[in-house]
Amino acid sequence: MNMFSLTLAYLRDRKLATLLNILLLTLGVATLVLLRIFSSQLESRMDRDAQGIDLVVGAKGSPMQLILSSVFHIDAPTGNVPLETVDLLRQQATVRQAIPLALGDNFRGFRIVGTEPAYVDLYGGSLADGRLFAKPMEAVIGSDVATGTGAGLGQRFSGSHGLGEGGHVHDATPFVVVGRLKPTGTVLDRLILTPVESVWEAHGIAHEHEAHEHDAHDNDAHEHEAHEHDAHDHDAHEHEAHDHEAHSESGNSARDAGAATELKPEVTAVLVQYRSALGAVQLPGFINRQTSLQAAVPAVELARVLSLVGIGLDTMRVLALLQMLTAGLSIFVALYGSLQRRQGDMALLRVIGASRAQVFGQVMLEGLLLAAAGAVLGLLLGHSVIGIAQIFFPELHELGISALHVDPAEMLIVLGALGLGLLAALLPAIQVYRTDLAQTLAEAQ
Amino acid sequence: MVQDAPLLRLRGLRHSIGGRSIVDIDDWQLDRHRHALLLGPSGSGKTSLINIICGLVTPVAGDVEIAGERMTGQPAAARDDLRRRTIGLVFQTLRLVSALTVRENLLLAQRIGRRLQDPADVDRLIDLAGLSHRAHGRPRELSQGEGQRIAIARALVTRPALLIADEPTSALDDGNAARMMDLLFESAEATGATLLVATHDARIRDRFGQRLQLGALT
Repeated sequence: MNMFSLTLAYLRDRKLATLLNILLLTLGVATLVLLRIFSSQLESRMDRDAQGIDLVVGAKGSPMQLILSSVFHIDAPTGNVPLETVDLLRQQATVRQAIPLALGDNFRGFRIVGTEPAYVDLYGGSLADGRLFAKPMEAVIGSDVATGTGAGLGQRFSGSHGLGEGGHVHDATPFVVVGRLKPTGTVLDRLILTPVESVWEAHGIAHEHEAHEHDAHDNDAHEHEAHEHDAHDHDAHEHEAHDHEAHSESGNSARDAGAATELKPEVTAVLVQYRSALGAVQLPGFINRQTSLQAAVPAVELARVLSLVGIGLDTMRVLALLQMLTAGLSIFVALYGSLQRRQGDMALLRVIGASRAQVFGQVMLEGLLLAAAGAVLGLLLGHSVIGIAQIFFPELHELGISALHVDPAEMLIVLGALGLGLLAALLPAIQVYRTDLAQTLAEAQ
Repeated sequence: MVQDAPLLRLRGLRHSIGGRSIVDIDDWQLDRHRHALLLGPSGSGKTSLINIICGLVTPVAGDVEIAGERMTGQPAAARDDLRRRTIGLVFQTLRLVSALTVRENLLLAQRIGRRLQDPADVDRLIDLAGLSHRAHGRPRELSQGEGQRIAIARALVTRPALLIADEPTSALDDGNAARMMDLLFESAEATGATLLVATHDARIRDRFGQRLQLGALT
């Protein structure tokens, strides 16, 4: 039995007040932790996803939409641009690398991205097993896709039209998994990568397989092309606003002309890496002067997204801080009231031999323990809410938000909560420290 | 602590409250194992004298020595320390910490007063007070008499040389008052403490050989 046990006994003695104090603080800490996890993981995930991409070139429209769809894969694209755009960009002296992306389909909610192996290198991706895609309809899947779908090497699957689940299934053009990637902690983990030609084939767009040796497949593809576009009308499926509208429009006009083969190979966006800083000065202007193209800078759009999200987060943060202050005030009221009732106890402890510092410390410890309980439970609650929310809202997972990741700033929240507990206990503790023992004894008798 | 010095010595002790003199003692001492009674009607200054002896109140003039060590003229921390080492106090109503059980109260007092844990000694004292069956009960569950008995055990758990009891029998009936005094003497005997009992209760006067009279003459 010591001052610590005594403190626990006092807390037990007024269970309801103790539980309410802890609950208030728990909710405040949990909210702050949630906001911190959300904002920091979102920011770092977005930073990682945008790494090495200096510029995104796509169809005219909202630059933020272009960045969200092509870099973060969380929105519909602005449309498509001609395949020649890739060559146009590669011819620029200021461009080190231009990686095409062709979007439009998904498999069980995971986006199928037509691209080149350089896209994997962009995120430092490496193969867990298998090999990279070499021919159309070969697919390499990210680690989350492998986990989410259970797909192994050799697995065949058909993409569904659109970027979310539930679209028309391209049964006639199945993909085959030839490789699986190791986790990268980037958007790569939840993508299905395939040559750009695969996306064209799936949508029946004529193209030349320049570097690929698959004559037989080529023939198949052309057969499929005719068959596929007869079989499904993109308009009939009421596709949302995404790149496929571009396909559809061109598809319609092609059909109007009575020749599906007039569909031109297109890409959705091109990710550009500058060779030098001069690129940043020259290239965006050059691109934006092209009638059908727009250039969007990920860093600029990322800052816009974060500042928009930040306003909401800041508001919630202020509310959470107010909640913390309420909790601190509640601890103060509880301690102050409790000490009014146990002045005799405190005097008795002093008479027995407890020093002023010991009774002061006992009261401070009471505030500290309440705060510590609230802080620890708040941490657990914050992470649990993220974990539970991930079950109901898979989008959180897509944003890269994980319940298991602990942000160093959470320690600051914990320290803040502990400081609040100590601050709330300070005044009652000072009052106990200054108590006139003889007078208290006289009053208590 | 000086072993051959009187356990308590009061010299030229003067104290007044609001201009009214309530303590005026030229020279008085209490030797070890010679239990004494501090007599006086209500308002005669008994409690003030106890507070001065315990170092809780600074007198207007004079000295208090406990076992050769000065209580007066010392800083608060030194007075706290001397009180902790030498004095056990039994109050009339203020007995135990409400949030702890009887046994926990004694364990805490032992820890604070002697800076050690000796549960066996705690259990012996609870047994001596005849309250083993109440050891795990809360203070509010005790009767008046039980509360007073356990307050004695609590005061003795620190093994004080001087046990001061302030009106220990005033609220008790004759039977309980007699048993309380028996317990005080027995426990003091068992622990080697010397009693200084402040009272206006005439029923217990005859049990003490030494008396210090305060206030009106009796």
